Amino acid sequence: MRAFTVHTGLVAPMDRANVDTDMIIPKQFLKSIKRSGFGPNLFDELRYLDEGQPGQDCANRPLNPEFPLNWPRYEGASVLLARENFGCGSSREHAPWALDDYGFRAIIAPSYADIFFNNCFKNGLLPIVFEENIVDDLFKEAEIAEGYELIVDLPRQVVVKPSGEELPFEIDEFRKHCLLEGLDEIGLTLKETDAIRGYESQREKTCPWLFHAIK
Amino acid sequence: MAGKTLYDKLWDAHLVKQREDGSALIYIDRHILHEVTSPQAFEGLRLAGRKPWRLDVNVATPDHNISTDSAERAAGVDAIPDETSRIQVKTLDENCDYFGIREFKMNEMGQGIVHVMGPELGASLPGMTVVCGDSHTATHGAFACLAHGIGTSEVEHVLATQCLVTQKMKNMLIRVDGTLGPGVTAKDVVLAIIGEIGTAGGTGYAIEFAGQVFRDMSIEGRMTVCNMAIEAGARVGMVAVDDKSIDYFKGRRFAPTGEMWDQAVEYWRTLQSDDDAVFDATVELDGSAIVPQVSWGTSPEMVAPVTGSIPRPEDETDPTKRQGIERALKYMGLVGGSPISDIPVDRVFIGSCTNSRIEDLRAAAAVAKGRKVANSVKQVLVVPGSQMVKAQAESEGLDKIFIAAGMDWREPGCSMCLAMNADRLGAGEHCASTSNRNFEGRQGNGGRTHLVSPAMAAAAAIAGHITDVRTLD
Repeated sequence: MRAFTVHTGLVAPMDRANVDTDMIIPKQFLKSIKRSGFGPNLFDELRYLDEGQPGQDCANRPLNPEFPLNWPRYEGASVLLARENFGCGSSREHAPWALDDYGFRAIIAPSYADIFFNNCFKNGLLPIVFEENIVDDLFKEAEIAEGYELIVDLPRQVVVKPSGEELPFEIDEFRKHCLLEGLDEIGLTLKETDAIRGYESQREKTCPWLFHAIK
Repeated sequence: MAGKTLYDKLWDAHLVKQREDGSALIYIDRHILHEVTSPQAFEGLRLAGRKPWRLDVNVATPDHNISTDSAERAAGVDAIPDETSRIQVKTLDENCDYFGIREFKMNEMGQGIVHVMGPELGASLPGMTVVCGDSHTATHGAFACLAHGIGTSEVEHVLATQCLVTQKMKNMLIRVDGTLGPGVTAKDVVLAIIGEIGTAGGTGYAIEFAGQVFRDMSIEGRMTVCNMAIEAGARVGMVAVDDKSIDYFKGRRFAPTGEMWDQAVEYWRTLQSDDDAVFDATVELDGSAIVPQVSWGTSPEMVAPVTGSIPRPEDETDPTKRQGIERALKYMGLVGGSPISDIPVDRVFIGSCTNSRIEDLRAAAAVAKGRKVANSVKQVLVVPGSQMVKAQAESEGLDKIFIAAGMDWREPGCSMCLAMNADRLGAGEHCASTSNRNFEGRQGNGGRTHLVSPAMAAAAAIAGHITDVRTLD
């Protein structure tokens, strides 16, 4: 996994609550058997005026002029500013894959859906939670100041505004460690092989039917 | 010391290791795989030269993007017309063959929507931890499994280690007492709950559903409720074990037998919250007051009783919510203040992991029997949840009732719930749907979904608009 340490990036707004995973990456693109290439179809139904198909070249599709990510001022944005319950809906990891492939490295919102939140960390994408009033302020500032950038400093757990003001955020210790080091979680868990085997032998004694399974 | 909740007990029984940094390793008893969220996980295993930790805990089946058309299905995997779908289904077949995972293939008896086939085969059993790369995995909580959806990286992690790195959730109790009125179903109960607590109301919680209404409910009804825990924001929804749960599993294909069955039953009977268990949050609803529910907007919390009307944005004081209502009404082509029962219906979908089990089909058939689909309705899809449900329904003659009423009887799969195959809505079309999500474009680009129970969906098909099944002519 790609490590995340300090990232400075242009902020783009996604000003609606309950953005669901179907909105982030519509179902027709889930047929891919790859992890990459979802970027051009991120927010497909909001971003384009026609209906997108997998494998299509998106370069010539009609863009929705009302969708902020299509505005020149947000080109190259890598920090997404969002509203409450971002990423609700399905467990599709294609949602963080699409955000990542588009170029986003961090998301800022008042709250996220659980599965989406968890999936982000597996892909080096940092979802940050701030109180609603802080998010509100960021929306206002990002709208007023063209080229509004934030510094996301994971080691110090702060987001630094252009004014120099620092906004501290919380992050779970294990997730922070994995992100900073870009760690392979499977490799980490496999170091616990003895504990897992020990659990299995205990469990087989009390619940043997769990070890007579699918054939 | 306070007693334990059902969730606490399941957590403790599966805890391999609690780490100092707050994360924990949890052992996974059953892993269900399908074609959409597994290919990248299998690829990851191959690239790293890893093998599945255990083979016998995994079970796979294609469901999300396979055709429900009889002729297309009969032609087999190689004849799937859409190339990307064909590749995905073939990739699942190849991966399961390569790694040695038991797969119920597309046209094999046992195949079905993951959350329908798992319980009916006894592949998921009370007290298990069950995961699947699908957010509706909470379905299996209906019989006290700790079951939830996972992402593809976690699918790979579970395949490789049999464990999940996770954190303990908080406990929420949703108690619904009283008795449901005639024509009011499990679907109406869960929609009413989501309407009450909202789509983020359960975020961070494992929900236990308790009270008279759930005690009276069948296991299939409980599955419908737990299935939609995720629409209330909770990854996990559960109901405690009782005689019904135990009876449900007796004789199922992968259920234990003989002495091991007795041993399992003894353990399963402990799977309930202690009387003095403490919950972090409690929500109570009166079951007797619930009437059939209909979603009018683009989020499952946007529901109203069929006897009610569509909300007016101007009545909402919170600006973000008002904006949400305005946007939803614009997308849905509806006007605030108009009666729910005036909503026209172009298509009807009866199916999905929420409502495609035999009881759901019986309920829809009871309404369809001797009636005809309204001329204004373009299509009514009835999609059984599994090959076993299909066979059972046909043995009861339900297929003939649907066909006589002018409905399409299809092959098992996820179908129009998420429109990954050819079953989808056209732009602007309204659909009475027994599925679980009414997001924008969910059932087809520009499609407009109204979530309802199977009986309500059948009633809408007959009337040509949303109508109260309790007063259908």
